[in-house]
Amino acid sequence: MAEVKTIATRDSYGSELVALGAEDERIIVMDADLSAATKTAGFRKAFPDRFINAGIAEANMMGVAAGLSTTGKIVFASSFAMFASGRAFEQVRNSIGYPHLNVKIGATHAGISVGEDGATHQCCEDIALMRSIPGMTILNPADDTETRKAIRAAVALSGPVYLRFGRLAVPVLFDDSYKFEIGKGVTLKEGTDVTIVATGLMVGEALTAAELLKNEGVSARVINMATIKPLDRDILINAARETGAIVTAEEHSILGGLGGAVAELLSETVPTPVMRVGVEDRFGQSGPAKELLKLYGLCAENIVAKAKAAIALKK
Amino acid sequence: MDATTKRQLEFEALKIRLAVIEGTYHAKCGHPGGALSIADMLSYLYFREMNIRPNDPKWEDRDRFVLSKGHAAPALYGVLAARGFISEDLIPTLRHTGSILQGHPDMKGIPGVDMSTGSLGQGISAAAGIALGAKLSGKDFRTYAILGDGELEEGQVWEAAMFAGHKKLDNLCVIVDNNNLQIDGCLEEVNSPLPIPEKFAAFNFHVIEIDAHDFDQIEKALNEARTVKGKPTAIIQKSVKGRGVSYMENQVSWHGKAPNAEEYEIAKKELLTALAAYKEG
Repeated sequence: MAEVKTIATRDSYGSELVALGAEDERIIVMDADLSAATKTAGFRKAFPDRFINAGIAEANMMGVAAGLSTTGKIVFASSFAMFASGRAFEQVRNSIGYPHLNVKIGATHAGISVGEDGATHQCCEDIALMRSIPGMTILNPADDTETRKAIRAAVALSGPVYLRFGRLAVPVLFDDSYKFEIGKGVTLKEGTDVTIVATGLMVGEALTAAELLKNEGVSARVINMATIKPLDRDILINAARETGAIVTAEEHSILGGLGGAVAELLSETVPTPVMRVGVEDRFGQSGPAKELLKLYGLCAENIVAKAKAAIALKK
Repeated sequence: MDATTKRQLEFEALKIRLAVIEGTYHAKCGHPGGALSIADMLSYLYFREMNIRPNDPKWEDRDRFVLSKGHAAPALYGVLAARGFISEDLIPTLRHTGSILQGHPDMKGIPGVDMSTGSLGQGISAAAGIALGAKLSGKDFRTYAILGDGELEEGQVWEAAMFAGHKKLDNLCVIVDNNNLQIDGCLEEVNSPLPIPEKFAAFNFHVIEIDAHDFDQIEKALNEARTVKGKPTAIIQKSVKGRGVSYMENQVSWHGKAPNAEEYEIAKKELLTALAAYKEG
């Protein structure tokens, strides 16, 4: 098998911002003293007049981004997911969400694949927080291709968007022909016994899990759910009806994220067993990203186990 | 300032104060004290200082106003009505279900409101962002923000002040309404942000101290602010909470409660009597 190309979605974010900056004068990028890590440094170098460093002050950054957006700018406010969604939650809610302003929040270093920095920086709560804000769109792309398309879709949408990126290099799954649309899940693999609904870096694991299940005679459908909000109801309801068992997979707490969203939807429409793969209501710790992903069950093997458990719950 | 102008500004300030009383009385709640203390500044800003078009509230070259102390909304609604952005008939609907006049300013629903505020400390950041947007777009409109003195206890205020000073936002004018009272008592009892002028000066603001109820001083300060280059301006206005309603003045209890029927009549009579004098003159 050929070597799979890997790119961290934060790198895709950084380079796509540079491309967008050249195309659209309205694009402003803000950061909170993390431009080397969030990869906005490329934009900073290319368009110094349109790069605004707020310093280590995320609350103010979100407020400034809100104000800037009212003057016709399209602002990408960048920081680690922990600080963008956590530290500045109330600023995002009240200054951006409530007035539904055109601010894009570029949150990198989401989830435990942050690795060695440990629990204080491993944000597994951001989707839950952002999902609770009315009118917020949440995009959690799986690879380089999807990240670039998601960023462009976010620019085309008028209103607040939370974009979630990772630190770890992940396999490039899609080529340029891949169609991305906000609010639409994508069926990557057809299947009849169970559906794996994955988001972000877990999409690659979900595809591997489907192969493992196939070897055991289980037909698993795989859906890439890059848009967590608004959730693609149709694709989920169809999957529940057609396969009768669901597994969600995300690099986020099992509380309030994709798993929560899917369980909420299906319990009210097509009651179906839903098993959630994610961080199981605990804090992360320091370690190499790949070791942590295994340790916390964010891997194909755990998806396989949960898929079997979901199938066993079918009536 | 000539006598005619001053009379007009005093007249409009009285109308704003009357709207504060009408609004909070009919809402049976709200924040009259800190709304009354900024009535004179709002009168000057909306009738003399700001370049605005009430019939075109989203005009992109307009000066912007952010009420960072969003709980003083009844005064903002009063001046928006007096200036013709909204109908005066709306004032008694303040805080009622279905009214556009939300308890705190809502930019989506109220013509003339440039930023949604209410959660303290956030308005000044937005104002800094608007001022920065003007600079980036090469536009010469100015941005004004009124903060409470208790609001200065919020850390975000100082993040924003650091940012505005660092970015040399000389098109930003921050006005601190220093009435010395917050919900739980006087500033020194709760958690003193004093001294205020020195703090803003330390964050590279040009600082001007004035009496909030003296239109000559207000005019001089805002004129001076427009001439300052390379720094934002902070106008620290010493004000009287509850100003203009005898029994509310300097009483912390009037921070966040509405007058009852009897109190409403007294306040209304005081303000209408004062207004009548201007009408006759």
